Amino acid sequence: MSDLAEKNPRTLLTRRRLILGGSLVGGALVVGYVATNPMQVVGAILQAGGGDPDPSAFGPFIRITADGWVTIVNKQQELGQGIHAGLAAIVAEELDADWDKVRVIDARSNVRAYGVQITAGSNSIASNWDLMRNAGAAARAMFVDAAALRWDVPADKIIVRDGIVSHPISNRSATFVDLLGDASRQTPQQSPVLKQPRDFRLIGTDRVRRKDSLQKSTGAQVYTQDVQRLNMLVAVVAHSPRFGGTLARFDATDALRVKGVVEVFAIETGVAVLAETTFAAIQGRAALRIEWDDSEAEMRSTDELTRYYQDIAAGRTDVEPSEFQATGDGPETPFDGEVAEFAFDFPYLAHAPMETMDCVAEVNGWDVSITSGAHLATIDQVQAALTARTMPGKVNIEVLPAGGSFGRRGIMSSDYLVECVRIAKRMEGRPIKLIWTREDEMASGYYRPMSHHRVWVELGSDGFPTRWRVHTVCQSLLPVGPNLTATEGIANSPYFSTATTVDGKIFTPAFPVIVGFWRSVGHSHTAMVMEHIIDQLARRAGRDPADYRRVFYEKAGDNRRLAVLEELCRRADWDKPLEAGWARGLAIHEAFGTVVGQVAEVRMMEERPVVRRVVSVVDCGIAVAPDQIAAQMEGGIGFGLSAAFYGEVTLQDGLVQEINFRQYPILRMNEMPAVETHIIKSANKPTGMGEPGVAPIAPAVANAVLALTGEATQRLPFLNRDARNSAGFSV
Amino acid sequence: MSFALSVNGQAHLVEDDGDTPLLWILRDRLSLTGTKYGCGVAQCGACTVHLDGQPKRSCSIPLKAATSAQITTIEGAEGDEVRVVQAAWVAHDVPQCGFCQSGQIMSAIALLRHNRRPTDQDIDLAMSGNLCRCATYNRIRVAIHTAAAQLGQST
Repeated sequence: MSDLAEKNPRTLLTRRRLILGGSLVGGALVVGYVATNPMQVVGAILQAGGGDPDPSAFGPFIRITADGWVTIVNKQQELGQGIHAGLAAIVAEELDADWDKVRVIDARSNVRAYGVQITAGSNSIASNWDLMRNAGAAARAMFVDAAALRWDVPADKIIVRDGIVSHPISNRSATFVDLLGDASRQTPQQSPVLKQPRDFRLIGTDRVRRKDSLQKSTGAQVYTQDVQRLNMLVAVVAHSPRFGGTLARFDATDALRVKGVVEVFAIETGVAVLAETTFAAIQGRAALRIEWDDSEAEMRSTDELTRYYQDIAAGRTDVEPSEFQATGDGPETPFDGEVAEFAFDFPYLAHAPMETMDCVAEVNGWDVSITSGAHLATIDQVQAALTARTMPGKVNIEVLPAGGSFGRRGIMSSDYLVECVRIAKRMEGRPIKLIWTREDEMASGYYRPMSHHRVWVELGSDGFPTRWRVHTVCQSLLPVGPNLTATEGIANSPYFSTATTVDGKIFTPAFPVIVGFWRSVGHSHTAMVMEHIIDQLARRAGRDPADYRRVFYEKAGDNRRLAVLEELCRRADWDKPLEAGWARGLAIHEAFGTVVGQVAEVRMMEERPVVRRVVSVVDCGIAVAPDQIAAQMEGGIGFGLSAAFYGEVTLQDGLVQEINFRQYPILRMNEMPAVETHIIKSANKPTGMGEPGVAPIAPAVANAVLALTGEATQRLPFLNRDARNSAGFSV
Repeated sequence: MSFALSVNGQAHLVEDDGDTPLLWILRDRLSLTGTKYGCGVAQCGACTVHLDGQPKRSCSIPLKAATSAQITTIEGAEGDEVRVVQAAWVAHDVPQCGFCQSGQIMSAIALLRHNRRPTDQDIDLAMSGNLCRCATYNRIRVAIHTAAAQLGQST
C-alpha cells in the first residue's frame, strides 16, 4: 500500500485532502462541501472522536490494572502481520514491563485519541516507533517518579525491570501494582528519556511473540464474519457483473419467496437481499431477475487490453505519457551502440483474503455503529459518516482483526463498508451484517493493475548500461495526482548508476476496471522488471549475476544492498553449484524502506518451475520482532509464488473469469518451499515487513529459470490458463 | 423441515431447508462460528469439520446428508491430539491472520489420529486441501511434527 500516513503532518493533510476529494465523486451534496471547504473537512476528521478511547492515567495506549496486567492498545489493524505484538513490544520495552504480563486490545477508531489510524505502506512499525516508545517511556517515568517520592531517593538511582521498580542502593523494590495509585497521579513527561538501542532487552529477541496464537488456534478469535447481534439481518448484494455497469431493472418476486428473505431493494451498487440467515440471503440473490445497463461498462477482454497496452507503449494511441524520471541528455538523443530490448506483461491480480469482505453496521439517527476489519479506520470512519450523512465523530468503529486483506480492505473508497452503511441506513435501527461471497470478492476489482513495460538499455563495451529508457503502462491507483505507484521500484533504481541518461515515461490509461493496492503494490511488478533485466544483462556480459549487481551497488553507494548481497551469497552458498537439474536465482529489491534479497533453488518439471528452498536476507532497520519478520518473509514468499505461478484475473467480454479458487489457485502446502530468513543487524529506525518479502520472489524464480533453460520470462504467471485449471486441488 | 443433528456430542433439532450447507447451519443456527466460510465450493478447507472423525468440507455437505453422523467442530474437538496440536500451533506461532486455522487444525487432528508419525509427504497429502493465504504452511508442517513427537512421548 502506498505511503499514506507520512510522518510529516503537512504532507498528511495535503494527501488526505486528495483522498477525500477523489473518493467522493458521485455524492453531490458532499462534493460541493469538499470543493468549497476542504480544510474544514480535514479539520473535522482530525477532531473526530468516535469509539470511546477509555483514557487511562498512562495515556491512550497503556492501561495497567490492579491484577498486574499491562494492556496495550493497538491503534493499527491486525491483518495477520503481527502488528499487535510489534507495537506492544515497543511500548513494553520502554516501559520495562514484564512481557508475559502484557496483553493487547484493538483500539476503536478515534483520531483524537490515537492519531491517524491507517494501516498501509508497511509502515505501522515505522510510523508509530517514536509514538509507542514515548508512550512507554512516559509511563515508566511516572512509576520512577512515584517510587522516588515514596522512598525519598533520587529518581536517577531507580531502575525498572520486568514490571518491578527498585532502588538497589537501599534494597527497596515495588511492583507496578504496588505503585499504581501514586504513579497514576504523576504528571506524564512530554519528552521522556528513551533507551539507547543497545540497552533493549525485549526488542530484537525471540521473546517477542504473538499474543493471539491461542485464540486463533481454538476457533475463539472473533472475525467480522462471526459477529452476531440480536435482531440482525444478513445482507448480500448482487453487483454488476461488469465494471462500470449499472442496474437497469430487477424483479424480486422469486427472491422474496425464498424462506428467510426479509427485504430486497436497490442500492447504489446493485440489489441488496436481506435475510435472517446467510444462506437464505445467498439463495434469495440467486432468485433475483436483474437487467444491467452496460452502456458505460467495460466490455473488452484482457487479451484486448494487453494489445491496447502494447499499442500505448509504442505511442500508437492518444494516451500521453508523463515523465517519472529524466536525467542526462534527454529522450531525443538517439541510442548509440548495442541496445538490449525487453518487454513484460503483468496481469490483474485479486487479493483473495481468506475472509471475504464483510461488515456489521447499525444506524440510529446520527449514530453509526460499525464492526469491521477496518484497515484504514480513519478513512473508513469518514466514508461511513458521509454515507450516513452524519459527522465522523458519530461513527463508532469497533476494529476487529481481519482474516487477511493484502490491501483489499485498505481502499480509500471503503467500498464494502460504505455498502453496508447504505443498507443499514435504509434499515435504520436494525444491525446489518454484509457478507460477500468468494465470487463477489474476486469479481469486485481493486486488483493489482495489469501493466506493460518496455525497456531499452544501451550498453557500453564493458557490458554495463550507459542509458536506460523505460516505458510503463499502468492504470493509476489514485483518482488524482501522478501515477507514482506504477513505477515505484524502477524510479531511482541503483541499476541506473552506470548510465548517463535515464528516460522514464509512464502512460496512464483510464477505463472502468477498478484497481487498488495489492500487497507490495508497484513493487509486485517493478521488481520483476528490474531484477530479471539485470540477470539477462549479466548473462549477456558474461558476468555472474551477483558480481554484476555488486558493480551497480558500489557505483550507487548503496551500502544496504551491498550488505544484503554479501550475506545472501554467503547464506545461500551462491558460489557452490547445485546438483544437476537445479539452479539458483537471485533477486534483491527495496520496498517501503526495507531491502530484501532472496535466492530461490529451482528445477523445471514439465515446463513449470518448482521451488524447493528460498534463502532470504533482510535489512529492515532495528528488528523489533525477529520471529514475525521471519513469518512475514515466509508469508510474502508464499503470496508472491501464488501470483508468480498462477495469479491472473482475466476478462472475457468484460466478465471476470476467475471467481473462485478453482480458477484462481493459491499456493498449497505441497508447493511451499523451505524458507530461511537472515536479518542484517542494524541500528537504524525500523522499517516495514508486511510487504517487502513479496516482490523479489518472482524475479528470483525467473532468474533461476533463465539459468536452467536460457529462456527469459516475459509475462507472469508462469502457468497459462490451461495449466492453472488443471492445478486446482480436488477434494 | 426438521433435521436431527449431533454436533459436539449434543443433539440439535434444526428447522431449515435440507439443502442448506452444514456450514451455515453450524454458523447461523448453532452459533458455532469457529468454522469459517472461505469459498463455498470445497476448495479452501476453512470450513473443515469432522464427520465421524473424518475431515469434511462443511460448505459442501447438505444438512439432510449430515443427520446420521457425529459432527465435531473446532469448538468441540477434544482429546490428546487436539491438546498437542493446539499447543504446537502456539509454540510455533503458526497463525497469521488465523482465519483458515480452524480448518487447518481439524485436518491436522484427523491426520494424527490415524497416523502418529506422519512424514512430510503424509502431511502434504492430508493438508493440501486447506489453503492459507498468509502461507503459514512451513510452520503448520513443523507444528504437526512437534505434535506428533509429543504424542509419541505420551503413549
